[in-house]
Amino acid sequence: MLTQLTQEQRERYWKYNIRLTVILLVIWFVVAYVLGGLLAGQLNKIVILGFPLGYYIAAQGSLAIFVIEIAVYARLMNKKDLEFGIREEATP
Amino acid sequence: MNLRKVFGLYTISFIGVTILIGLAEWLFDLPNRWIGWIFMGLSMGIYVVIGIVTRTSEADQYYVAGRGVPAVFNGMATGSDWMSAASFISMAGALSAQGFGGLAYVMGWTGGYLLLAVFLGPYLRQFGRYTIPDFLGARYGGNAPRVVGVVAAILASFTYLIAQVTGVGLIVSRFIGLPFQIGVFVGLIGVLFCSVLGGMRSVTWTQVAQYIILIISYLVPVVVLSFKLFAVPIPQLTYGQLLQRNNARVIELARDPQNVATREAWAAESKQLGEKLKDPALPPAEKAKLEAAKKTADGQAKPLVAPNDRIENYLKVPTGTGMWNFLALTFCLMVGTAGLPHILTRYYTTPSVRQARQSVAWSLLFIFLLYFTAPAYASFARHAVFHNLVGSNVSDLPRWVTLWAPAGLFSVVDKLGDGVVQLGDFVVKSTDFVVLATPEIAGLPFVITGLVMAGGLAAALSTADGLLLTIANAISHDLYYNVINPKASLMRRLTITKVLLIVTALIAAWTATFRLAIIVELVAWAFSLAAASFFPALVMGIWWKRANKPGALAGMIVGLGTTLYYMVGSRFFGVSWFGTTTIASGVFGIPLGFLTIWIVSLLTHAPAKEMQDLVTEIRYPRSGGVAVPGTVVPMPS
Repeated sequence: MLTQLTQEQRERYWKYNIRLTVILLVIWFVVAYVLGGLLAGQLNKIVILGFPLGYYIAAQGSLAIFVIEIAVYARLMNKKDLEFGIREEATP
Repeated sequence: MNLRKVFGLYTISFIGVTILIGLAEWLFDLPNRWIGWIFMGLSMGIYVVIGIVTRTSEADQYYVAGRGVPAVFNGMATGSDWMSAASFISMAGALSAQGFGGLAYVMGWTGGYLLLAVFLGPYLRQFGRYTIPDFLGARYGGNAPRVVGVVAAILASFTYLIAQVTGVGLIVSRFIGLPFQIGVFVGLIGVLFCSVLGGMRSVTWTQVAQYIILIISYLVPVVVLSFKLFAVPIPQLTYGQLLQRNNARVIELARDPQNVATREAWAAESKQLGEKLKDPALPPAEKAKLEAAKKTADGQAKPLVAPNDRIENYLKVPTGTGMWNFLALTFCLMVGTAGLPHILTRYYTTPSVRQARQSVAWSLLFIFLLYFTAPAYASFARHAVFHNLVGSNVSDLPRWVTLWAPAGLFSVVDKLGDGVVQLGDFVVKSTDFVVLATPEIAGLPFVITGLVMAGGLAAALSTADGLLLTIANAISHDLYYNVINPKASLMRRLTITKVLLIVTALIAAWTATFRLAIIVELVAWAFSLAAASFFPALVMGIWWKRANKPGALAGMIVGLGTTLYYMVGSRFFGVSWFGTTTIASGVFGIPLGFLTIWIVSLLTHAPAKEMQDLVTEIRYPRSGGVAVPGTVVPMPS
């Protein structure tokens, strides 16, 4: 029982996927390399609850953002699948 | 049977047993060695039982756990497959010693999951193969990409495996009292029971059990310490204040006259050794010994903080080459995370693409629980050393200092002979002791140390399991079955896998007895190797239908070759590009790999039309189907 997507549907599905992927990767890059790396020195001047901000982003903040990003990706893509009538069944 | 119920019951029993052992220690003074034996015996016993219960000889079960592992459990299994001796034993130690620089490990080993989630996981599941070389062979056609894949998988996995075995030996030798060399072999019995009997199926369920042990045991000591110091049981929040306290304490210690005197004593010794080293008649063995001693003395003589340094000494963000290396290492670890075959194959085991996506999310959540805690662990460990060890009397040093001595990770030398332990008296040779020894340094009951030991063992064994299976499958499935003898019966292939598992384990154990490098360093090498050889070929294979066999072959060889060249060159022959450290060698191989695939593919013929269509096809999951029809190798059973 295969549902064939039309060419137009395929394009929309793939475009959505690409856009989501790019947004997530940009956030990923900014958090890990810019805030957690290059700018960490400047951010360290801000101290919250004893945590210098740059250190905090590299040590914990970035990880939390990665987790959220992947969860969002899985959720949105799975939702998109259903929207396009893609309903996978588990292998017997 | 309901999986949630089984593992729920298991978790409660494990906590119950731990409390019972704690009570026994408190009431009857249960000897430490017994506690060590009980924890090791119990946990290894569980793994062996799971291995026996889930034994199997069916191909789908043996290679990919029947592609029926629900996302949550696959997430847990990936978590413990992923978190190895490096994460559990080594990482907090590196953080505690290196400060900000060590955070490259924390970000690198988690950030890679995003790459895995968006570039590879769901698509590999859609392609529906058994191993990673298998994917390369199917996507690019012909045996050459498959064979290069096998070589790279073995290289990366084996380097990684040695680190795990070293971790096992360390734990068993320290807590059970067996010699390191024997400890290594004892630990491997637990691993072999699972992988030999039931392949991926046993390994998966054992890893779930191991995850539960390792996460509980990592959290308990820091939660207890946080509660003791701040009356708040959330170390992830409280350690901010500890960071400041530790910094203030370092500055205080650095200016302490006794500690200054200790440093001067070390400096004097270094000078003396330097004089001795000038003697040209020195025999080489003697010379090496003196050089090592001088290095230690130099390390201990180095001032702790620069004058006028306040907050920066420990949290200092590296600059210039330091920043480049920090970013390069983060990058290599991220890409390596998304390129390690033993993790990638885990996404073949889920029932669907949907679940593969969810599974990556669960994986990172379960990994996050430990990584989020590691910087706190490092801080509490540092605090324990500053407050419980430094300033105590040498004559009443606790027993653990002597018990740790044979492991050779640190020593306490009363340099001034004043009977008091100064910070300069604490000689650290490898920071791998930090996680395992912190409960003892902080004076917590031994049951917590036993728990941490069981957790470290679980972390090392679970990863060893996954790696061994990857190596054995690469040889038996990809090399033997697909390349050498495609007519081999399933029975024959599984027998070969089993023999290979045992042989590989023995070779790894034997190699580990040489104690090559510290665990994190070995592991970082494995990451660079995997990153440079697999990631470009996999990503291009999925995302660019024009990528072809010559391109992939050239890309993998160039990527792997460049990385190996730089790794060996910078470690042993003084090669240096932009001052990059050995552990970040992959930073050159990864982009070169991509570039090579791109150029060579464009210069040669496009892949067959069917292959290009297939590559487009895996972008869209299908209703009612799991893998694209015709891509799963028929497995006669």
